[in-house]
Formats: sequence, C-alpha cells, structure tokens
Amino acid sequence: MVPARAAFLALALASGAQANPHEFTLPNGLRLIVKEDHRAPTVVHQVWYRVGSMDEAPGTTGVAHVLEHMMFKGTRRFGPGEFSRLVAEAGGRENAFTSTDFTVYHEQVHRDRLPLAIELEADRMANLAIRPEEFAREIKVVMEERRRSYEDRPRSLLIENLLATAFAAHPYKWPTIGWMQDLENMSARDARDWYRHWYAPNNAVVVVVGDVEPDKVLAWARRYYGALAAKAVPARKTLVEPPQRGLKRVTVKAPAELPYVRLGYKAPVLRDIAKDWEPFAISLLAELLGGSDAARLHQVLVRERRVASSVGADYEMVSRGPGMMFVEAAAAQGRNGAELEAGVREVIAGIAAGGVTAEELNRARVQLLAQLVYKRDSFFAQALELGELESTGLSYRYADRVPERLKAVTAEQIQAAAARYLVDDGLTVAELDPQSLKPRPVSAVVPEVKH
Amino acid sequence: MRGRVLWISTLLAVSAPAGAGVKIDHWIAQSGARVNFVESHALPIVDVAVEFAAGSAYDSREQAGLARLTLAMLKAGSSRYSETEASRRIADAGAQLRENFDLDRAGFALRSLSSEAERKAATQTLADMLQAPLFPAEAFEREKASAIANAREAETLPDQVAERRLYALMYPAHPYGLSETPETLASIRREDLERHYRDCYGSARAVVTIVGDLDRDAARALAEELTSRLSKGADSALPPVAKLPAGATLRVAHPSTQSHVLLGVAALTRADPDYFPLFVGNYSLGGGGFNSRLLREVREKRGYAYSAYSHFLPYAREGPFVVGLETRRDQASEALELARSVVGEFVMHGPTEAELKAAKKSLVGGFPLRIDTNRKILDQIAVIGFYRLPLDWLDQFPARMQGVTLAQVKSAFARRIDPEKLSIVVVGAPD
Repeated sequence: MVPARAAFLALALASGAQANPHEFTLPNGLRLIVKEDHRAPTVVHQVWYRVGSMDEAPGTTGVAHVLEHMMFKGTRRFGPGEFSRLVAEAGGRENAFTSTDFTVYHEQVHRDRLPLAIELEADRMANLAIRPEEFAREIKVVMEERRRSYEDRPRSLLIENLLATAFAAHPYKWPTIGWMQDLENMSARDARDWYRHWYAPNNAVVVVVGDVEPDKVLAWARRYYGALAAKAVPARKTLVEPPQRGLKRVTVKAPAELPYVRLGYKAPVLRDIAKDWEPFAISLLAELLGGSDAARLHQVLVRERRVASSVGADYEMVSRGPGMMFVEAAAAQGRNGAELEAGVREVIAGIAAGGVTAEELNRARVQLLAQLVYKRDSFFAQALELGELESTGLSYRYADRVPERLKAVTAEQIQAAAARYLVDDGLTVAELDPQSLKPRPVSAVVPEVKH
Repeated sequence: MRGRVLWISTLLAVSAPAGAGVKIDHWIAQSGARVNFVESHALPIVDVAVEFAAGSAYDSREQAGLARLTLAMLKAGSSRYSETEASRRIADAGAQLRENFDLDRAGFALRSLSSEAERKAATQTLADMLQAPLFPAEAFEREKASAIANAREAETLPDQVAERRLYALMYPAHPYGLSETPETLASIRREDLERHYRDCYGSARAVVTIVGDLDRDAARALAEELTSRLSKGADSALPPVAKLPAGATLRVAHPSTQSHVLLGVAALTRADPDYFPLFVGNYSLGGGGFNSRLLREVREKRGYAYSAYSHFLPYAREGPFVVGLETRRDQASEALELARSVVGEFVMHGPTEAELKAAKKSLVGGFPLRIDTNRKILDQIAVIGFYRLPLDWLDQFPARMQGVTLAQVKSAFARRIDPEKLSIVVVGAPD
C-alpha cells in the first residue's frame, strides 16, 4: 500500500518537469526563471530582491518593509499610485511582501498583459522617486500596519518576543515590520539609501509562471530589465548566531482569555541538497507532530489529555539565516500555561526517547508529498517555491529533488534529529499570560440621527 | 467612441475562452441532492465540496453556535470510523479536509489525489461523516468546551468584537445577527446536535460540487456515495430581513491601540437584480483597493489606516454591505466621519464616468484570474450550485459587468444604501 502510494506520487510530481523551468541570466546579472504552465490563460510575475530585514541595522529596523511601501509611490516616469492603477486597468492584481530574507513584488495578469508588468517593474527597479510628502504619509500607514498586525494581536506579539529572546546576535531578533521607535525615527533618506544600496538587476531574481512562451518572456525581459545597469551591492557579512547554552523563556501579558504557548527550537536549514538530510527529517517531524488532526500533538494533547484546544507545528527549511522549528498550543478550558508547556515538551521528549512509528512516518511523508502535488494547482505557489530557493542562494532545481530526499528519510533519522535539536538547550519558550478584560467594558447603544 | 467599442470587443474576445473553459455538468443525484461537476485532467487532483443549508442562520437565538458545533462534530466519529480512524484515513491518503461554514452554508471541502485508492479512502471517510455521524458524548463535551473557550477568546479580540456587534445591530431580529456566546453554547445538549442534523442535513438541502481528475461515471458514483444515505429532509427557508428604521451607533471600550471601525447595513441577495450594478459600483467606492475612493481618502491622502474598504456579502437573504477601517484611537472620530462622507457622497452622486470605466476594465480584464485554479473553480461552482444560479453564470459574468451603466449604479446605490441607516460600531473607542 505505502510503496504504491509513494510510486504514484513520484509519477504525479515528475510529469511535466522536462526542460521546465527555463533559466536565463541577463548580462547585467538579473536572473530569470520561467515555468510554462498552460492550464489557464494567466501568468504570475514575481520580482525577488535578495534583501530583507536581516540586512538592516539597529535604529533603522523596518526600512526594508517601508521601502516596499514606497515602491508604489511613483518613479521619475510615473506618479504616485500609477503603478497600481495601470495594473488594475489591465485586469491585473499586484502586491508585495517583505520577509527577513527577501522583498518580493508580484503581479497576476492575463497572459497578454505580461509585458506591462515587466515594463513597470523594470521602471521601479531603477527609477524610484521617494517624495518627502509621500514618505511622510506612508510612514504613518506603516505604523498603523504595525498597530494592526502586532500591537493589538497578542499571538503576534508573542512571536515577536520569542524571536527577540531566541536570537542574541542574529538580525532575526528584530521584527520585519520594525520596532515602533525605529519607524517613528525613520526618514525619507533612510528609505532612499536602502533603495540605492540594494535595488539592482544583479540583486534580483524574476520568476514567471503561467501560460507563456519562454523565448518571448526572455525577449521582453531583455528589452526592459536588460536596459538597466548593474551596480555593486554592499558586501554581506557572515552572520552567525552564537550557540544557545540553555533554555530561554519570555512571558507576554496581553488582553486574552486562553493561555497560549509557542516553543521555538534552533534547527538547521537546507544548504546542500545532496548531503543534508536533517532539514528533511525535521520537516517530517513538524508534520507528524502538528500537520493534521491525526498528528501526535493533536492526538495526545487535544483528544486524549484535553490539555489543549488547538496545536500546530511549523518549520521552514529554506532560509538565509539560522532555522527554527516552532510548536504552538492554545489551552483547553480550565488549563493553564504551565500544563500546556509541560504537555508539549513531554510529547516532544517522547519522540527523542522512543522514536516514531512507521505508520506515523509514512503518513507525514504522504502528506508532504501530496502537498507538493497540490501546490501545482496555483501558479502563484509554484513561483513562490522557485523564487524562494533562488533568492536564498540555493537553486530552483532543488524543487525537483525534494520528493526523493523526503522519501529517503528513515525513522531512525527522525529520532536522531529530534534527540539532537528538540532539546532544552536550544529551546525558547514564549508564554502568553492572558489579561482578562473583565469587568466587561461598558458600552452604550446610541440611536443617532445622522446628517 | 469607436475606440471604446473596439476596446470592449477585444476584451470580451479575450475573456470568452476562459469563461467557456469552465464547462459545468449538472444533475440530480438519486437522493435529490444537486450535483455540479467540472472535469479537468490537467492535474492528478480531485476537489469535492458537500454543503448544506445549515449555516449559522439556522441557529436559534438561545442556542447560537449549534450549527457550527454540529459541523465540527461530524468529524468526531461515524458508524464505520472512529474519530481517530477517520482523521488517519484522510491523512494517510494525503487528503486535506476543510470546514466550510458561513451564514447560509455548512459543509466540507475535501482535496485528494485522484489515484483510485487514495481518492476512495478519503471520500468513503467523508461520506460516512456526512451520512452516519454518531456525535459521541465524550467528543461532544470536548468540542463544546473548546467552542466556549474560543467564544471567550473572541470577546477579547477587537476585530471580532466589532464584527459580532455590527451583525447584531444590522440584524436585530434576524438569525444573520446571531453570535455564539459562552452562555448559548453552554445550553446546547447532545440531542440538540442530533435534531439540528436531522433538520438541516437532508438531501433536499445538499449541494455536491466536484472538480478535477475523474470522468463523469466516476463523478456520478462519487455523488451517490456522498448523498445516497441522506434522509430527504425539507428544503430550507429563512425569514425575510426587516428594513431598519434607523442605524444605531455602538462604542465598545477596549485597551487596543487602534479603534476598529465598522459600518454596515443589510443590502444584497445572491440572486439580486442589482447584483452587478452594486458589485461594479463598489469597486470605485471601496472594493478596488488603491483605485477606490475609501482607500485613497483614508490611506493615500491622510495616512489614517493600513486598510479601508467596502464590500457586499451577498447571501440567500439580504447580506450586508460593510465599510471597515482600523486607525489610531485619537484619530478614530475623524476617520469615521471621513468614511461616512465618502459613502454619502458616492451614494448621492455615484461614480464618475472615468471611475466606472476603470472599474469595468479591471473587473472584466481580471475575470480570468477568478477561475485559474481548480480551487477557485470549486468555490465559484459551489456558489452557483447552492444559490441555484444559472449554469452559465460564469460565462455571463464578464458581459454582465461590462453592461453596467452609470445610471444603474446610481439607482442601485440610491435604493439599497441609505447612508443615514448605516449601523456603526467603534471598538477601542476614544474615551
């Protein structure tokens, strides 16, 4: 049963992979990855800059993300908001996101409108105009974004505090959105400097997935991106987090009812796909701990012991900086944070001590392989996978090798990885200490006559 | 003028093949359940949704939360599989099960590999959950406690508090306005779940949607497997939504750094003749992101908020028109007044010719993006099936949007949205 399933998945994942994606490098250093997929007459265009909040310095945290906002505020050629207007009138959708590792701009359009997306992205790759009055308004918007996504969201605050505690030296210790103080002190000049240093064709990877012909995409890329000059980007220092030497702990008080814990374990990330097995073992560990209702944390903590009302685990093996595996759990009615944490740590210790069953391992493996098949339903998800691999210094070719590497992991390796990494010395525990809002807020219904 | 006509015909020519790409096969299962099927062999994936007229609108005021709890409990054990067996069978097949739940609908969407063994293991499990649930007492107590804990937690989160209060104001006498509370959940007994299941999970209220890599015979067999054991049951009927004489304003204290501001009024049904004028018009008001007046005025011109929007949520009965934003507490009053004046001005004068033209370009040109994954097609077809929309609804969609006139938008907004009657909630209000 299991071998047949794995064989089918291998077949499903292999089909259509011949000579696709196509890769090109322009003379100015811009990398272009094109994946043909003709299921629908649309296309995704993503521009990945190899720069994120880990490249920032204390005092200007958040500038990578602020610059991302300013990228919609006009160039020497187009006025503020024109980018969004032109994409929308072409029937397209556009947005962007910033992470610790990279900054990504993306458009989804009908295949006929791809040249417009390329032309506009190439324009703002080199010609951004940061106008002082636009900056002054936009920095307020970013502060509202921080209030909305962090200040008033207890579980986001908890993640922010967990990272600030887990890392002593590595820039992963500050949030990508930046500390509020740094946003308040940020100037248009900080944003201009950031743009000038990092935005260059030789620091970018362009990923195109959809109903396109690679030769035509290359021709458009040459015409628009190819016209831009390469420039030197700052040397990157090697950033190493010193070894953690014992359990760290942080508590966050915020308005909430349910105790909630998030545990982070330092873990390795993928560097060499031919040799590294640990990242694949840890991916499977995260899946078999928290990937579904059938996973161990849910079975033990939610169903059997009723300590938690919800649980989860996550791990990203692709990362420029150091990796972590996270486990989260929200308390069941009447349970406290200490019981919750003890329960999670006991389940994890059980794997390090007693290993996993063949059934659990196979379940996790099938789940991860099936997710790779499901990813093919979305051009956007496929582009994300390729862009992430390329912009973290790996290769898009790794995507094709992930299934075989997942299949090679043994139960012994899972146990070995758990015993080595899911240990107290690399653990940071973040606990939400719920601050009840009672007595209930007084509220008044005022029927209003409006004018 | 000639240029414009030429441009329109070009766009329609472009979008026609995409629309025609979704060919819906419709039939009625033996049980009477409605079935819609889209065959697509490009990927080895099958998506199936089974939904019932069993959403929160079928709750009583005293037992709000029963509908959601019943759906969650379908996974907790059935005649053939225990809760643990069911979750393992689905995971072992590489399948994913998600709950779909809103005001009107309750059900599941299952995504599985199309290889026969995997697909069957997953769909057999779903079929048993839907048709032979046992509602085990022990799991019921656990799920109920969990629902109560989540309801308490929701009362601490400003966005959720705002939404719950707004719905209560917009629908004071209609089940669309209900929210579960620790008290309503505590009153629910196991027998209530059985009753709700008997009342709402009959084939007369069931809609099956299948998209993906299987042929018509296999799809027919699948639809039978999922519905043949259902009782017939009675079709659904929801009470009409009463028009409110006036909107109310509610301010709720909360220590949040931002005020969460929501405005809304019951407005639009799925089968409404004003659907397209309101949908297209709303793009210019608050649905079109940076190309809408709300985001331009609130964010781009003043930096008040990260997000500001308006949208229509059409349901079987009049679903809400909602305007929302979050802003620093000390500027909440100005932001609220601004949002009200933007809505008032739009209802009074409608969009400009240029705005309407831009809205149509974006919506018509962007139509292919609404149906470019199996998942999106599943969700679109599920709506068509549930609300009994015409089978060529998606084919009509671009032309119907293109056909909307300025006069239609103005008239529809003037008739449907009375700015004086918007209910308003501010959570984390300035003191």
